[in-house]
Amino acid sequence: MAKKEDNLVKKLSDSLVGNLSRYEELELEDVTIDVKELALKMLPTPRRVIPTKVKPTELAKVEFSPPKTEWVGKIPEVTLGARVDDGGTRDRSYIIGGETTAAFYTFEGSMVHRPVISMDVFDMKITLPGAVRAHFGDVLEDPPEWAKQCVEKHGADMVNLHLVSTDPYIKDTSPQDSAKLVEEVLQAVRVPLCVGGSGNPAKDVEVFEKVAEAGAGERLLINSLNLDMDIEKASKPLKEHGHVAIAFTQMDLDKARELNRRLYDYVSKDQIVMDTNCAGIGYGLEYGFTIAERARLAALKGDQELQHPLVSGISNAWASREAWLEMEPMWGPKEIRGPIWETITALSMLLVGSDYLMMLHPTSVKTVKEIVDYLLKGGEAREIPDWASAKLGG
Amino acid sequence: MPKKAISPIKVYTLLPRTNCKKCGVENCMAFAVGLVNMETKLEKCPPLLEDEQYKKNYSELKAMLSPPVSEVEFGNKDKRAKLGGEFVMHRHELTYLNPTTIALDVTDEMSESELMKRIKFVEDFNYTYIGKELKLDALAIRSVSNEPKKFEEIVKFVSDNTNLPLILCSLNPEVMRAGLSAIGESSPLLYAATKDNWKEMAELSLKHKCPLTVSSPNDLNTLRSLTKTLLDYGVKNLVIDPGTLAGEGLSSTINALTMLRWKACNEEDKLSGFPLMGTPITAWASSNGEGQSKAWREALVAAMLIERYADILIMHSLEGWTLLPNVVLRFNIYTDPRKPVSVKPGLRPIGNPNETSPVFVTSNFALTYYIVSGDIEAAKIDCYLLVADSEGISLESAVAGRKLTAKEVAEVVKESGVEKMVKHKTLIIPGMAARLSGEIEDETGWEVMVGPRDSSGIPKFIQEKWKKS
Repeated sequence: MAKKEDNLVKKLSDSLVGNLSRYEELELEDVTIDVKELALKMLPTPRRVIPTKVKPTELAKVEFSPPKTEWVGKIPEVTLGARVDDGGTRDRSYIIGGETTAAFYTFEGSMVHRPVISMDVFDMKITLPGAVRAHFGDVLEDPPEWAKQCVEKHGADMVNLHLVSTDPYIKDTSPQDSAKLVEEVLQAVRVPLCVGGSGNPAKDVEVFEKVAEAGAGERLLINSLNLDMDIEKASKPLKEHGHVAIAFTQMDLDKARELNRRLYDYVSKDQIVMDTNCAGIGYGLEYGFTIAERARLAALKGDQELQHPLVSGISNAWASREAWLEMEPMWGPKEIRGPIWETITALSMLLVGSDYLMMLHPTSVKTVKEIVDYLLKGGEAREIPDWASAKLGG
Repeated sequence: MPKKAISPIKVYTLLPRTNCKKCGVENCMAFAVGLVNMETKLEKCPPLLEDEQYKKNYSELKAMLSPPVSEVEFGNKDKRAKLGGEFVMHRHELTYLNPTTIALDVTDEMSESELMKRIKFVEDFNYTYIGKELKLDALAIRSVSNEPKKFEEIVKFVSDNTNLPLILCSLNPEVMRAGLSAIGESSPLLYAATKDNWKEMAELSLKHKCPLTVSSPNDLNTLRSLTKTLLDYGVKNLVIDPGTLAGEGLSSTINALTMLRWKACNEEDKLSGFPLMGTPITAWASSNGEGQSKAWREALVAAMLIERYADILIMHSLEGWTLLPNVVLRFNIYTDPRKPVSVKPGLRPIGNPNETSPVFVTSNFALTYYIVSGDIEAAKIDCYLLVADSEGISLESAVAGRKLTAKEVAEVVKESGVEKMVKHKTLIIPGMAARLSGEIEDETGWEVMVGPRDSSGIPKFIQEKWKKS
């Protein structure tokens, strides 16, 4: 009997040991052990080590180091306008270009020159969005006065006089008459002037010749030379009278390079700026944005044929219907939508490297200048407000 | 410049190379090209997943093809917001993939009617642009009260009333814990872990399996330290917020986002390889002045952040004019740049045109074409649309630059055979091409009607001027 009990205890303890070694922890239910003394002897089994990662208890200390960008190219500086001591009659001139890093990469050094914000003036009454007309309604047929308002009232750095009426299919205004208007505008304002044609390649060459003569020594910006023109004929007057050409191509860097190469035969590198074309948000912004970004990055990486300051026709933003159309009330009045459309288009092109913006609406011009100020200011910023828990109006 | 440029050949050598076609394309090389261009997924190759012998290759390919900016998701199973997952810094280097998520805020001090108004606004926001619906994506619930109970109630109310992805905003772990207790099944994005609360926030993020935002306003050293610490802690789904300054200091915000994305994409820096958050809402907290000028500033900052790599934005204004330019801009920037700029010239019948239907002329710049055809379709006008070859240039510039002249119009009239399809001889040309009327009449022998300057005017034009005879 005793032997039987012994066997039972042995069996129990054996199975206990077996289970313990397998499960680490054992819970016995409904078991009464009725013995005087129970001694369980077993070899200590090593606890299974679960590889747990130790959670950090302190904040690590790691430094943030700015990226290494390794630009090799430089955009040449181009001077717009000539003051009296430079052979012109302007009260100021601007230098654009000079970049050695991508736009507003101020962590790599300050931007050498501010972008120039200019405003458009047309030589005849054309279809303009209501929000723009509201500001210039009384001067739309008086280009010198219109130019004056842009500079004196709205702070335009420069004026772009567009000679659209010279188009043979519009009014066919003669080159002589256009040159006369250029002289009048040069009288009316003292800032540097940009003069544009109608886009008709043959007529533009004739017009630019007379304009270049009339503005001799003023270092005008001529808008624009393109591959459909007789490049030799178009660039000679610019060389002779010391003006700057906008080399215009339509969203194609191969063509932009080709045009620049052809211009190098006649004018020096600091007489060329590039317009790779731009469009407003909702109407092709992505194309203009990316082509300009590609041009600038390629230039900084060493593509010499693309090393020129960039010009953007921001006024194209108004071609998007959202900028001028009367829409459902929830989208807000077009008087606000228009300027914001133009402003965002402008900021977009600035961020990819544009050096010269052509704009239409006074509010857009004012806002863009404000934002450029913020973007160019380096140094330490203030404390960021706690927006997560703040009471906000609106 | 992107370090991640992968060659299809390298991918090909790791594929089974059996040309089994199970992935749906002709051969393994074509599949490799598709993978490199992000047009297909590794998981479409069954042998790679199922066959033991390719196990190593699969994980190697997975690592090779994974984006330098990790993809982080939040929301519920029906509606999720996807952030990051980007491969390149500049869109022309490939394409951007996950459009910037735009969230509007609500707070725990708003009345139920105010909450409902904002929820409905976000849910109903919709703008149709060239056939696509542009929408808002998420709601950020901010704890203004700093009271756990109150936050819990509002989180419950909001999640009961919408299935939009949510962001819970409080720097107080007690408040966050209370909010999480009310959230149910979905996984919100948590805002935010800071140098003061990171341990508690990390625990909450792990416990509830929610992605966590790392916030260190205007201090990149601390931001990086926090990111490393949280990764070591086991929190893998992180979103980085370097702080947004909407006025003074804007340059440091733009710089921070630019540097972070550069390091992620071009230097394969793991600690920068997370989605980036921008908070244009700070325009409301920092600047003085009226609501309208704050909304205006908020809109501009949002636009710049979309272009400077933000993967998620938190905004405040309910003005259509602050949001509309930004959803359109976002659509533009996230459009695949490999998409052609032009469409094929030729004749496009719209609706069910017959021999008395009008014939419109437009350019072959893709955008012009989509806008014009979209307007005509929306107005349900049965007609023929003649797409003339303007060398893919927009109408206005093409007319001025003599890319679109009577010659190109005559060509498409002749080649399309439209004269056999209608019994009239009237072309409706765009208002912007009005100056070409005479020469088009001479060149084609058709009568020209000058249509509206913008195709939104077409329905009215047809109603008033087009007489079915």
